Amino acid sequence: MDLKLKIWRQTGPDAEGKFIHYPVHNISKDASFLEMMDILNEELVANGEEPVAFDHDCREGICGMCSLYINGHPHGPDDSITTCQLHMRKFKDGETIVIEPWRAKPFPIIKDLMVDRSAFDLIIQAGGYVSINTGGVPDANAIPIKKENADLAMDAAACIGCGACVAACKNASAMLFVSAKVSQFALLPQGKVEAKRRVEKMVAIMDDLGFGNCTNTYACEAECPKDISVANIARMNREFFVAKIS
Amino acid sequence: MTKLDSKIPAGPLADKWTNYKAHQNLVNPANKRKIDVIVVGTGLAGGAAAASLSELGFNVKVFCIQDSPRRAHSIAAQGGINAAKNYPNDGDSIYRLFYDTVKGGDYRAREANVYRLAEVSNNIIDQCVAQGVPFAREYGGLLDNRSFGGALVSRTFYARGQTGQQLLLGAYSALSKEINKGSVKMYTRREMMDVVKIDGIARGIIVRDLVTGKLERHGAHAVLLATGGYGNVFFLSTNAMTSNGSAAWKAYKRGAFFGDPSFVQIHPTCIPVHGDYQSKLTLMSESLRNDGRIWVPKKKEDAEAIQKGNLSPVKIPEEDRDYYLERRYPAFGNLVPRDVASRAAKERCDEGYGVGNTGLAVYLDFKDAINRLGKHVIEARYGNLFQMYEKIVDENPYETPMMIYPAIHYTMGGIWVDYELQSTVPGLFVGGEANFSDHGANRLGASALMQGLSDGYFVLPYTMQNYLADQIGVPHFSTDTPEFNETEKDVQDTIDKLFAVKGNKSVDTFHKKLGLIMWDFVGMARNKEGLEKAIIEIKMLRKEFWQNVSVPGEKIGMNVELEKALRVADFLELGELMARDALHRNESCGGHFRDEYKTEEGEALRDDKNFMFVSAWEYTGTDKEPILHKEPLVYENIEVKQRNYKTA
Amino acid sequence: MSVMYSSITKKIWMSLMGLFLMTFLVVHLGINLLLLFDPTRELFNVVAHFMGTNPIIQIFQWVLFAGFAIHIVLGITLQIQNWIARPKGYKVKASSEDSFFSKYMIHTGVIIMVFLGIHFANFFFKAKIFHSIPEFILNGVNTGMEDMGILVMELFQLPEYVVGYIIALLILGFHLDHAFQSAFQSLGLNHKKYTPFIKGLGHIYSIVITLGYIIIPLFIYFTK
Repeated sequence: MDLKLKIWRQTGPDAEGKFIHYPVHNISKDASFLEMMDILNEELVANGEEPVAFDHDCREGICGMCSLYINGHPHGPDDSITTCQLHMRKFKDGETIVIEPWRAKPFPIIKDLMVDRSAFDLIIQAGGYVSINTGGVPDANAIPIKKENADLAMDAAACIGCGACVAACKNASAMLFVSAKVSQFALLPQGKVEAKRRVEKMVAIMDDLGFGNCTNTYACEAECPKDISVANIARMNREFFVAKIS
Repeated sequence: MTKLDSKIPAGPLADKWTNYKAHQNLVNPANKRKIDVIVVGTGLAGGAAAASLSELGFNVKVFCIQDSPRRAHSIAAQGGINAAKNYPNDGDSIYRLFYDTVKGGDYRAREANVYRLAEVSNNIIDQCVAQGVPFAREYGGLLDNRSFGGALVSRTFYARGQTGQQLLLGAYSALSKEINKGSVKMYTRREMMDVVKIDGIARGIIVRDLVTGKLERHGAHAVLLATGGYGNVFFLSTNAMTSNGSAAWKAYKRGAFFGDPSFVQIHPTCIPVHGDYQSKLTLMSESLRNDGRIWVPKKKEDAEAIQKGNLSPVKIPEEDRDYYLERRYPAFGNLVPRDVASRAAKERCDEGYGVGNTGLAVYLDFKDAINRLGKHVIEARYGNLFQMYEKIVDENPYETPMMIYPAIHYTMGGIWVDYELQSTVPGLFVGGEANFSDHGANRLGASALMQGLSDGYFVLPYTMQNYLADQIGVPHFSTDTPEFNETEKDVQDTIDKLFAVKGNKSVDTFHKKLGLIMWDFVGMARNKEGLEKAIIEIKMLRKEFWQNVSVPGEKIGMNVELEKALRVADFLELGELMARDALHRNESCGGHFRDEYKTEEGEALRDDKNFMFVSAWEYTGTDKEPILHKEPLVYENIEVKQRNYKTA
Repeated sequence: MSVMYSSITKKIWMSLMGLFLMTFLVVHLGINLLLLFDPTRELFNVVAHFMGTNPIIQIFQWVLFAGFAIHIVLGITLQIQNWIARPKGYKVKASSEDSFFSKYMIHTGVIIMVFLGIHFANFFFKAKIFHSIPEFILNGVNTGMEDMGILVMELFQLPEYVVGYIIALLILGFHLDHAFQSAFQSLGLNHKKYTPFIKGLGHIYSIVITLGYIIIPLFIYFTK
């Protein structure tokens, strides 16, 4: 298939960027989206041009490295997958595809379609853990955990930290990401011990970093490649409320 | 010639690790602050070790190639992690896990290391549960177990199909806690370029900032490499795009011996290659073989019709299907170990019975399982995998049988390390897949996660401390020394040399060519003739690379092509060593299969008399023959037998 | 305020005030509907007088004003922060919101605020500040109460006012449609069993309120 690509090019964090048009030809419909980008880059390199910078690594939908805002959707038009698992058969021959980077103040652009998501790491560093050291822990079966809670915790823990929630949100809010981690621990007895401290610290740093406020549009849930539920946001609101009044 | 000293502690097998810990040197808390440790890589081994070392009080500098330590490729492991908890009461024990691992590795692993691995496996589960890793549970609230290939007990703990992710996020959370505390300094988007040695001891590294393109120097009292495997030497593998062998290769060139480089694991259930633009292969969990039946057509004309697209597999009647694993291995059937299943698939396809448009695929059919259990049961068990398959292949695996083919997955080989996980370069430790590890010639499913975390949480924090105990008098390192200058210059020279080539072929062209050579001659089945050919071809390709590679862009700033070129330059050398290692090992064992050495039924035939040793290769210089050192393997606690999966 | 309180605190206040205002809308609608059932306007005027003079209601009135003020100030603050959080927007706008009206809360909110201003000028200021409302004469007897009813009836004779009022109320309906379930979510009340019910109830609430208010001018206009 032949496609018209409109790709955001920006040489550095402070540079002015713009959209550049690239036609690509003879793309197999069985190719993945990133393989299509590889083909484009190979052509650019052959012509002595700078290839388009974009993040990617595992290419099997789990590392959370790939991003790309494709035709108005983070990770493209298909549901429940990351960009690396998106395949060209989801597009029509001759279609124009607009590819933009994640856009949010706390995610500055590094180059082209590559953004800096270290803000997410800072949020986790503020409290996304159980404060225990290696060794000296009880037997794994010493604490029984309700299966339903373990499953819900797993649902939340499935977050890959890709940032699609922030990219999708009209407010660039990180609530789904933060709440997924807060929820995972809130649901497990191991995490309850420092629940109050955790939610307060994580929310505080989230605000400081300049993410927007949640207005419950649920775009995050709709675009999340791992189908993380907004019920986690409600749970975090609850945790936060309880933490503040206690 | 350096004599290999594996430093295995004396005493009975079960007491070795306890004795080691009881008698090792420790560093007092006040002195730990004075000591710096570098950790390269933030996968299970690196992340866990960095967090644990920081908890002890050391200053830790951590480097990762991705934008966040949470994205290391350990994250992609699906199935689970083994431990000898014996929660299901099915007769498991530390000894049995040890035994299965040694047997699964075809008796090419070091007894003491494997026993220690089995011993600490239980601590890993305790540790991860305490961290809040959401392992699967039963309705009673206790942990659930599943079974995996190569074992007769259920000892695999899992978190849906994302066990690697959850364990890595556990290690990442521990690491994040330490970063927050201030005792870990995290450097992301950095790639290690070289190891710096001062007076023969590893004292630092040179890294390249992948965003600015600048080279940086970092000094420390000890360096830990946890940089994963080198499966990407094959170009197509299940590894991540940035997974590479360069850190290990640079260590090798600085004097660390390379252990068993030819031991590579080929995973039988991957989605087949579909086009020459393909960038990577996707693994489908081994667990699929619990319910799927593997077959190819019995008649060659059927296979040919399928390849041409003229025949649908569902139209082939039962009597014309060849369930070759069940036919050849009645006892284990579709659940034979990975190396056996992979070779059997290759054998059928080589004979012309393969399916798919390339003829390089076999069917994994769930028809019988769906008829027996109902579609909803299969959906509950494998729904996410089926969905992933459909997204990639665009076929509904509930209706048409899945197509699978083996793919490079894991490297058992790596930097040779002693019992303390220290390489032959003092102060240079290696953990996880990057070391030659505990898996011998073949790794069992769910054992990689176990090894990574064992090294990281429970082994390295002890053994590195033993090494660091006499370093307390050494002050923090200045990186302004002739050794750092020289090593940085070496790196810069290589970069300059790459830019100076100004050829007209892309890096990927060379990488793909190398991958084909490796796959054809150093892949699933090897022989003397092919390996000799591979060595010549790799040498020629390397020469061509340095004459005709094109690296566009600038030296400063981000340059993805340069990154790739640096990695491929190393792969072009590493590939040759793999072929050399495979060539010298005149036997078949585990993942290393030589056509010349097989039983009458075509099974791997070991030569324990001549090859029961670890090959450790010493670098002697560019284009010079490396020296082979042998670490004999002594089995005192286990009876060495021919692996047999035909009868129980 | 924006600096002092966390995003979630603001959201919680926002939703508490919103829910409070929603109860006020019900009370207000109940009083307005009295106009439909009593052509003499007596019922309406009696209740209006009670609301305008009862000391408890007078105190409570300030609580209500505070509720409006907090809701409005927070809404604007949150929105400004949200705009700052994405300095450069996308070329292709996203279309994945589950709750369609959620995208336009600030727009509908500002329109409602303007409407509220007009509404105040037309009724509240006239009654409370300018005291320019005629006295209510029932059956030739001066009741001593203000004839709020006639004020309403007169305004709803004007077609432009009726149309404006209906548009404003429709917009209020859109605002409420998202607001109802959103308030529960912000307060952490999300449950797989009850949330679908709350969403349904939110739709019903917003439709009933909107239709309830709209019927009144239409009735008055067409029965004049």
